[in-house]
Amino acid sequence: MADYKLRRSLLYVPGNMPSMLQNIPLFQCDAVQIDLEDAVPLSEKDAARILVRRFLDNYKNRNKEILVRINGLDTKWALDDLKTVLPAIPDGIRLPKADSPEIVEHLDTMLTEYEEELGLQVGFFKILPSIETAEGVLNAPKTAKASTRLIGLAFGAEDYTATMEINRTKTGEELFNARMNVLWGAKAAGIQAIDSIFADVNDMESLRKETELIKKLGFTGKCMINPRQIDIIHDVFAPKQEEVDYALEVIEAIKRAREMGTGVISLKGKMIDRPVVVRAARVLNTARAHGMVDVVINEEDINGTE
Amino acid sequence: MVRNSVGRLIPETFAGKKLIPYSDPWSLQPHAERSTRAIRRITHNGSKLVGGLRDAIIASGLKDGMTISTHHSLRNGDYLLNELVKEIDALGIRDIKIASSSVHIVHAELIPYIRKGTITGFECGVNGLIAEQVSKGELDCPIIVRSHGGRARSLITGEVPVDVAFLAAPYCDEYGNFNGFYGPSACGSLGYALVDAQHAHKVVAVTDNLVPFPAVPVGIPQSVVDFVCQVPRLGDPKKIVSSTTKITTDPIGLQIAKYAAMVIEATGYVKDGFSFQTGTGGISLAVAEHVRNMMRRDKVKGSFGLGGITGYFVDMLEEGLFEALFDVQCFDLKAVQSIGRNQKHVEITAGTYANPFNCGATVNRLDCVILSATETDVNFNVNVNTESMGYLLHNTGGHCDAAAGAKVSIVVCPSIRGRLPMVRDEVTTISTPGETVGVIVTERGIAVNDNLPDLKAELIKRGAPVKDIRQLRDEIQAVTGVPKPIEFEDKVVALIEYRDGSIIDVIRQVKP
Repeated sequence: MADYKLRRSLLYVPGNMPSMLQNIPLFQCDAVQIDLEDAVPLSEKDAARILVRRFLDNYKNRNKEILVRINGLDTKWALDDLKTVLPAIPDGIRLPKADSPEIVEHLDTMLTEYEEELGLQVGFFKILPSIETAEGVLNAPKTAKASTRLIGLAFGAEDYTATMEINRTKTGEELFNARMNVLWGAKAAGIQAIDSIFADVNDMESLRKETELIKKLGFTGKCMINPRQIDIIHDVFAPKQEEVDYALEVIEAIKRAREMGTGVISLKGKMIDRPVVVRAARVLNTARAHGMVDVVINEEDINGTE
Repeated sequence: MVRNSVGRLIPETFAGKKLIPYSDPWSLQPHAERSTRAIRRITHNGSKLVGGLRDAIIASGLKDGMTISTHHSLRNGDYLLNELVKEIDALGIRDIKIASSSVHIVHAELIPYIRKGTITGFECGVNGLIAEQVSKGELDCPIIVRSHGGRARSLITGEVPVDVAFLAAPYCDEYGNFNGFYGPSACGSLGYALVDAQHAHKVVAVTDNLVPFPAVPVGIPQSVVDFVCQVPRLGDPKKIVSSTTKITTDPIGLQIAKYAAMVIEATGYVKDGFSFQTGTGGISLAVAEHVRNMMRRDKVKGSFGLGGITGYFVDMLEEGLFEALFDVQCFDLKAVQSIGRNQKHVEITAGTYANPFNCGATVNRLDCVILSATETDVNFNVNVNTESMGYLLHNTGGHCDAAAGAKVSIVVCPSIRGRLPMVRDEVTTISTPGETVGVIVTERGIAVNDNLPDLKAELIKRGAPVKDIRQLRDEIQAVTGVPKPIEFEDKVVALIEYRDGSIIDVIRQVKP
């Protein structure tokens, strides 16, 4: 079973803005990605790094996953970024321009060194690589298996369309193939797939449509640049009550089937077998994270006993 | 000096008046008749026009030591009060007290006339530079800040006898009938002026839009108006309805609004008959938007919306979400247009709105009110008068009136402004006493007053981020630290009068 940690909403917060950093504990997103890369002007790279370190040192009761987006490993800032922020123990690193598995492996090695130095268990720091170039998209399936630290693949549509020399549209037809490759890569590796930001913070209707689309395709979360987008994203990702009710019936049905010694049963005229059960289990685990049900679905419920 | 029940030291007298220290919001009972004024008999049926402002001042018989009033429905667009004082000064009249419904930033032009002794006191709240200079000791001019309901009370009881009311009349005829609905200086409801028209000893209608008799609908009738005078312009229309009536886009503000909406929903009052008041701030409007969606979702028909009225309330009325709007002042153009054509959008007097000394003010019928705050404290007291430097800068408005009247008063306030914590051990100035404040909502959590245990339990049941007010204070102070207290001299420069006329707090001169 893949891990069911909810990562529906990943909010970018600029690392050089104290007034925004101080509000990180307040928002109900699942994760924040404190940005040292694109949001920070070149003249403020050092200051931002120190500010983020201070903030994390003081953010004791963490109530969401904290990732830090460092500068690309090919820049002169990346090493200092890691050296400064890792001792404040973020949950992981958002790695920009993860164009190849080698880049992820390189970060993996560095993280291991820091973990040894800091006395942390190896593998503590997670990685969320950005798939945001044509090359990155092509390599996505390999990148997805480059390290056990990976929690997912994150698609970056803004940089991707730039490298493709095309414009990003609100309907997103131009992103379809790239999104699918990222999705296939992530699903094949058993990790999550996180979609790109939606840039127009005043267009909530298009945000909703795009989120509905990417959920349908298989993404489990979305990045954001403004906290105002959180509620819509959560709303789209929340299982509908009918889905939850149906999933509960499926689990009950399959338990009955197993008692009768079979792995297949009919529920309201539809055949229930393992793939249907797996899907129901996923719905219920998500619903549990949303506080909609208290049932815990385990391997035995899905597969039965030998 | 006497310590009142909220711990503030109150002098025995101020500007020659004996003071009553505040004790609680409810128990003070008046034992007096309503104010009286001379009966007039005007037999002529011609024009009451006396010419310009100067002629009107002379006709009114204004003399040294008297008290005048204006209404503040033209807000920062008002030309009248400044022009009036210039003319009073030119006539050599001195020692005039101003008892307007509010004095705004635009009236900083009065400062030279305060220095000269033309103006020697304010029987009303004062916004902006005048109050700031008084706080610094740079101007010597006593100020008594009154709430909207308290000011109406002070005129109706005769505590503040207004000798002449000069009332801006945006749509007026020569015999003195007028309303605020139409004309270049249209401001909508004349809720404050209605009180002056009934209680001032002389009433002058001042207009820039004289229309043929009769000016209908009649808001203020000919029967209470002594004179009519004409001025080129009453005000700047752009600033009359200038309040920013837009929903906030600030994520912190939106989070506060979301929590406030959770509180309103948890009260259980959002059902048929629901009544509601909110202000014009971006957060208040965001709350109103949530309330509208709740009412739509549950098909609720509310009874009334109250207060300063905005286009948002007008939309809700027109959508059928409320039976009526009770309007003491219009905050935007949409409200002005609505009150002139919709009979369900009702002009009410400031007395009907909020005076504690009558047979029941409209605020008493409120379920929920959203109020703002400059600061709050662990006793749920709210300050809306003084800012971080300790200067008096704002009026109370209807804050303490609505808080006392509503079943649940909800104060919305960001937890941090600048670098300052907004939930403190003690507010600098108590504008509204904590026992009338139900809930304080910040982006860091919701604090519920112990006098609403059921609401608190319901919010906790619903998973709302309810926190003890002291816990909230500690969390905020962990970010901001504890600011050094402001230092004050002993000299009292202004009073904060509670709505019943007792003194809840004083403003002392700030140490330089």
